[in-house]
Amino acid sequence: MSGLKAMSAQRDIAIVAFHQSDCQASAGATNEVELIMPEIRAVMDQVGLHNAQDVDFVCSGSCDYLQGAAFAFVAGVDALGAVPPIRESHVEMDAAWALYESVLKIRMGHADSALIYGFAKSSPGELPIVLSQQLDPYYLAPLWVDTVSLAAMQARLMLDAGKITEADMAAVVSRSRRNAMNNPHAQLAGDLSVEALLQEAPFVSPLRRHDCSPVSDGASAMIIATVEQAEAWGKPYAILRGIDHRIESHNLCTRDLTDSPSTRRAAEAAGVADGAIDVAELYAPFSHQEIILSRALGLGEGTRVNPSGGVLAGNLMMASGLSRVGEVFQRIVSGEARRGVAHATSGPCLQHNLVAVVEAA
Amino acid sequence: MSEAREPVTGIEAPVYLQYQFTAGRAPSRFLSALKQGRLTGQRCPGCSQVYIPPRGACPACGIATEEEVTLSNKATVQSFTIVYIPIPGNPIKPPYIVANLVPDGANISFIHLLSECVNEEVHIGQRVQAVWKPEAEWDYKMDNIIYYKPLDEPDVPVELIGKLGVDGREVQP
Repeated sequence: MSGLKAMSAQRDIAIVAFHQSDCQASAGATNEVELIMPEIRAVMDQVGLHNAQDVDFVCSGSCDYLQGAAFAFVAGVDALGAVPPIRESHVEMDAAWALYESVLKIRMGHADSALIYGFAKSSPGELPIVLSQQLDPYYLAPLWVDTVSLAAMQARLMLDAGKITEADMAAVVSRSRRNAMNNPHAQLAGDLSVEALLQEAPFVSPLRRHDCSPVSDGASAMIIATVEQAEAWGKPYAILRGIDHRIESHNLCTRDLTDSPSTRRAAEAAGVADGAIDVAELYAPFSHQEIILSRALGLGEGTRVNPSGGVLAGNLMMASGLSRVGEVFQRIVSGEARRGVAHATSGPCLQHNLVAVVEAA
Repeated sequence: MSEAREPVTGIEAPVYLQYQFTAGRAPSRFLSALKQGRLTGQRCPGCSQVYIPPRGACPACGIATEEEVTLSNKATVQSFTIVYIPIPGNPIKPPYIVANLVPDGANISFIHLLSECVNEEVHIGQRVQAVWKPEAEWDYKMDNIIYYKPLDEPDVPVELIGKLGVDGREVQP
């Protein structure tokens, strides 16, 4: 079986709670524990649980390179209440992959519930440079090629191939900023016209500063469970119908950077096309990437894309992917949407992509 | 290929990343008190344990430790080791003692040096006292306390180590 499609055949998984902090340009002196604790508390309170002792499994996503603190993810466990010992795991990735690990754990019958969280403190370092160190260690990392420059190359390829215009990119930003006006956790919001955005000076050509997501500090957390457990808790929930992730080569030169075949494959395996999509939350750190992703996912006119403003409005590295799933969950539970797609990415130029389908219960 | 080539056994790719590190809100309060010559812990509102150095949460309960507790300069040896290996860059000449110490008023130990003692006579339960630098040299750092030295007080029974109040008496539950 490819991916985790049609999970109803086995154990249906319910998303029960989600919370995200504000996206702040700098969280100041706050350390990882102090960032995580309020988010854990918020999701615990949503379900009526005491602490991590009340769930079967805990999984987190983070990257110590962001804040330059070795084993910060271990220190983060102080936020959980891990006495007596709990079953806990960590991915050095976005917490969307911690969600994936938790889904596997529940589907295998090793847990009935899981707490997932991700945290980001990117402000202490120079994020685009820090992320250059995720490139291959022999050819690219020693050149210190930063993420913004690589994304700019990708945008240049798309413009030259006639696949987008600069106005298309500005339209993505304009919609993000406007949608973010309704998102209390957003860092960047406002009513900006495409014309006004196109007046801005280039930053890393052809990208303007607003084409790039901001650097943000913060955290998010989620609780998932079997449908039986969610029913027992008696809280509103949404069904995680499918989830899959695919990765492309680390060698950028072997990839078609104007497309996202890994997203397309993950979408097929997650069952995106099995029904209409009311809402999509896409992890596109650069404006042109939202267009690549929308096309790879086959999204049409009937889909609202990034109603939260997406990560152009605030980008919590290692938590934003989980937050995309959480944003879709919240819109389904509120009745705003019946079926939605969440996407998470990792690596340069959308190298690694995760797609999740969330439906009304 | 007829010609054998030298194998490439390494490349130079130094990594320099610069960060503006911050300790955290709770550790900052601890460091600020230290600069004023006070050793402080933070109490968990759930289980009442006092942590030093505080990191902002009770790791057992997973809740914030807001209450500041001024601890005693007196402490008890919970465990120790005698270091015979010279560590490069360390000004202290071996053999010297590194010990897990629980200050009166706290429930967990921290690591510091033990000096002005006969190494062979150091033992678990031994009472010790902080030796601070002159006030003019106090900064946001743990070596404001140069080391701990033995105190002429009766040993603390093992089962009471980590259970003394700031007055050095057993805390009654």
